[in-house]
Amino acid sequence: MQIFPCPFCGERNEREFHFAGEAGKTRPDTTTEISDVAWAAYLYNQKNIKGAVREVWMHLSCAELFILERDSITMDVVGSISFREEA
Amino acid sequence: MGVNYSALNVFREGLRNQKGWGQAWRTPKPQKSYDVIIIGGGGHGLATAYYLAKNHGLNNIAVLEKGWLGGGNTGRNTTVIRSNYYYPESAALYDFSVQLYEGLSKELNYNVMFSQRGMLVLAHSEPEMEMAARSVNAMRLNGTDAELLNSAAVRKLAPILNYREDARFPIHGAIWQGRAGTGRHDAVAWGYARAADNHGVDIIQNCEVEEIIVEGGKVTGVETNHGTIKSSAIGAAVSGHSSCLASKVGMTLPLHSYALQAFVSEPLKPVMNTVAFSPSYGTYFSQSDKGGLVIGGGLDRVPSYGQRGNLPMQEAVLGGLVEMAPVLGKVKLLRHWAGIVDVAPDSSPIIGPAPVEGLYFNCGWGTGGFKAIPAGGYLFAHLIANDAHHDISRPFDLDRFASGRLIDEGAASGIAH
Repeated sequence: MQIFPCPFCGERNEREFHFAGEAGKTRPDTTTEISDVAWAAYLYNQKNIKGAVREVWMHLSCAELFILERDSITMDVVGSISFREEA
Repeated sequence: MGVNYSALNVFREGLRNQKGWGQAWRTPKPQKSYDVIIIGGGGHGLATAYYLAKNHGLNNIAVLEKGWLGGGNTGRNTTVIRSNYYYPESAALYDFSVQLYEGLSKELNYNVMFSQRGMLVLAHSEPEMEMAARSVNAMRLNGTDAELLNSAAVRKLAPILNYREDARFPIHGAIWQGRAGTGRHDAVAWGYARAADNHGVDIIQNCEVEEIIVEGGKVTGVETNHGTIKSSAIGAAVSGHSSCLASKVGMTLPLHSYALQAFVSEPLKPVMNTVAFSPSYGTYFSQSDKGGLVIGGGLDRVPSYGQRGNLPMQEAVLGGLVEMAPVLGKVKLLRHWAGIVDVAPDSSPIIGPAPVEGLYFNCGWGTGGFKAIPAGGYLFAHLIANDAHHDISRPFDLDRFASGRLIDEGAASGIAH
């Protein structure tokens, strides 16, 4: 079992966490016309990087979303960042 | 070139101290250029090269493999072959694959040990039995063999399972596909490699593609650790690493890479004659010809490129096994491993051209690539040779994500693929 750090609750069992998606995706401006291709790319396409990744995760126990930085090969966790601190 | 594999030659070589077999395939140096380069020497890549040579008359083909043949997911799966799918597009694809598997040992002159021992998908309640009936009807309409069995019929096929009414998930019945079964995964890779080599395909191992060369919007070759190799047609069949390859031409794919674990137990006397899968427990198992129980389940929960598994899924899968067949509780595991699989949002594969001219992708097979090797190779070869889809692979093009015509087998089968 792996321990993941929640920025609010501290170190917890990985089972309490849910992978939500890659960080840094920008939602297209929905007030203007968006092509099907552009919308599908936003919705589905992933960088799916081998190595250092930045992802959005949810800690299910406290229901907070945050950014988890980790290595997708070694599975080492580098850091977790609250969206609140960034805002 | 190797000797034909036959009973007569087994006898003859027995008398000659096994000295006349020769090598099954060559170890050539890469040429400067090829008509087609296939990246990835797993089942799909080798099968693609074989069908390009056999069906489309191409003989100047290279397969580039960064490690050794079949060392990725082809050697890491649980060897189940089946076509019990819900949607017509999937059934057409996977049943075509089962049909090719049925004649494969003869076609390749290599025993892939396809044993059609059948597969049970268990139903654990009356509502699940109703859904199972719906699936059976869909499969039959798709032209796949399927039968709805009650608990007594399941018991005859797999007496080792837990039939108690107070089981965590009691067995009410199952979906049965009699033509499903298991094969010898390494033999599928080796059989295709040998047959492709016989058709003149150069199989180059320990050859990693470092860059894909694009000039004027077209691919013209690859940079490898063996130097530059030119080609105007490149097919990528690299499963979990498809996104890494796509990034070399600035592309992203609708894929996530996850570790998928599998387990094999110590060898036992025959106790399990078929494949049993329980969507509720999230576990399936069969028994290999050597006697080991081959056990699998769902994906790990954390996206990963590390070819090893994680404890939560081990506990879920093995806990499920012990509930499914409590008598196996004291069986010891022999080995445990993981492969990196590429999962599309609809749990269906991607076969199609990339936006860069001359580049094609065969990926997104997720947890189910092994059973699809013959069809995947056949259809991918058709796509590369004609620069146009075969009817069966058409629905699996990348354009389905923009058009919205997803083939959502993840939802249809009720387990993460």
